[in-house]
Amino acid sequence: MTLWADIVWPTVVIVATIMLIVMPLLGAVAYLTYAERKIMGAMQLRQGPMTVGPFGLLQPMADGVKMMAKEVIIPSGANRVVFLIAPMITFFLSLVAWAVIPFDEGWVLADINVGILYLFAISSLGVYGIVMAGWASNSRYAFLGGLRSAAQMVSYEVSIGFVIITVLLCVGSLNLSDVVLAQQTVWFVVPLFPMFVVFFVSALAETNRAPFDLPEGESEIVGGFMVEYSAMTYALFFLGEYANMILMSGMITILFLGGWLPPVDVAPLNWIPGIVWFAAKVAGCLFIFIWVRATFPRYRYDQLMRLGWKVFLPFSLFWVVLTAGVLVAFDWLPD
Amino acid sequence: MIIQGLAFYLFAAIAVVSGAMVISARNPVHSVLFLILAFFNAAALFVLMGAEFLAFILVIVYVGAVAVLFLFVVMMLDIDFVELREGFLRYLPFGALIGLILLVELLLVIGAWLVVPDGAAVTQAPAPPPDSGISNTEAIGLLLYTDYALAFQLAGLILLVAMIGAIVLTLRQRPVRRQRIADQVNRRPEDVLVVRSIDRGEGV
Repeated sequence: MTLWADIVWPTVVIVATIMLIVMPLLGAVAYLTYAERKIMGAMQLRQGPMTVGPFGLLQPMADGVKMMAKEVIIPSGANRVVFLIAPMITFFLSLVAWAVIPFDEGWVLADINVGILYLFAISSLGVYGIVMAGWASNSRYAFLGGLRSAAQMVSYEVSIGFVIITVLLCVGSLNLSDVVLAQQTVWFVVPLFPMFVVFFVSALAETNRAPFDLPEGESEIVGGFMVEYSAMTYALFFLGEYANMILMSGMITILFLGGWLPPVDVAPLNWIPGIVWFAAKVAGCLFIFIWVRATFPRYRYDQLMRLGWKVFLPFSLFWVVLTAGVLVAFDWLPD
Repeated sequence: MIIQGLAFYLFAAIAVVSGAMVISARNPVHSVLFLILAFFNAAALFVLMGAEFLAFILVIVYVGAVAVLFLFVVMMLDIDFVELREGFLRYLPFGALIGLILLVELLLVIGAWLVVPDGAAVTQAPAPPPDSGISNTEAIGLLLYTDYALAFQLAGLILLVAMIGAIVLTLRQRPVRRQRIADQVNRRPEDVLVVRSIDRGEGV
């Protein structure tokens, strides 16, 4: 009986919870690609996908089936093991991070004390999938993409770290649920607005999205690190990238936009369940991700480095000191 | 408890095996990848000890930043395996010397434990009891900014010197036309553009 009660049953519960998180997430990823094509279509006066199903709603399914039906090609000069592990790492990392995201009060798989460090660690590991793919493909284009990605991610992680420190100074805890609950009076986007902007731009760079999509750079290095990938291996990169976008939007929501909290705690607004608020805020962030992609041209590489090291790093460092100074001067430090 | 023990042996075994693979793998990139695996398992061991803050700092700093730069450099090396094997005998005495020094140092550390069993306890601060409500992040902070504040500052100073050294080594003036963004923003149409009406058949 103890074996059942202590080991088997908790395992079943955890696996069921994981399924409950991962399945909707994969659905969200599929429909994010659809949303991106529709929104960018509307911004560019096109229709977007419209033939498969009503309003093209079945397009993601069709794409998925196509990906699975195709052949996985491994280049003869490639390092086989690393070549196949790289997309798995990318996809795996984009899913594991969701273990600590609180969707609503108490709706979290692992409510660990250092949740925010966990997220930061996982997002900083994302670079490995790309670098390994670039190296293992044994192709010049892929290699260039991998190198670009490595330098870019390391640069922008620094400012992301400082932004997280600023938020932590205002919260006094590394637990993500505490971070959300600390925003009950005012969302951090109001007092820390410049840091919100820094974080958003760094999130774009961290997920290799336009205007920082130099690792892919289809107009110069044809597709960067994924140039040699086909079928499911390619699909894993694609799913990983979009899951990472949703994850970054989730991080922005938790750190700056009050997570599952309604804007003001009054009657009609707080009847709506927290998960709906969370999803709505994440969707809003994702819309801005897509909007940015449809609006801005790609950065040149030296401009990207300049922005990361000469603008964001000193600026976020200054804001850390300023925030700490204000908190100490007015005795607002949380205990 | 049994699961924790099994997890410990799993992580420890992978850490040791990947550590051995770091020095025995033919391909340097594979060595770095095994090094990353070793870091990971060390972090997992920290988690098992209840030191989750240290574990994540290890992953963020070593795996997320240091090893990326490492991989970056190693990937760009152009390795000729034949040349590598030829150099093996030439560098063997030197490598053996370094290995010997490291071995002696390790033995000295272990020997010091054996000779003075209390010696290690002097540098160790007592861990806060688990039910005191102090998380290990807090415990490290309480220790680092009180008893070890001086050592902490000193470590920061050493890093600063290293950073300045790296900047000085790479800083040189190159004859490159640099982009000055302020100049570009300040450029006005009236400074650089002239609209002229030119009669037919005549130049400017």
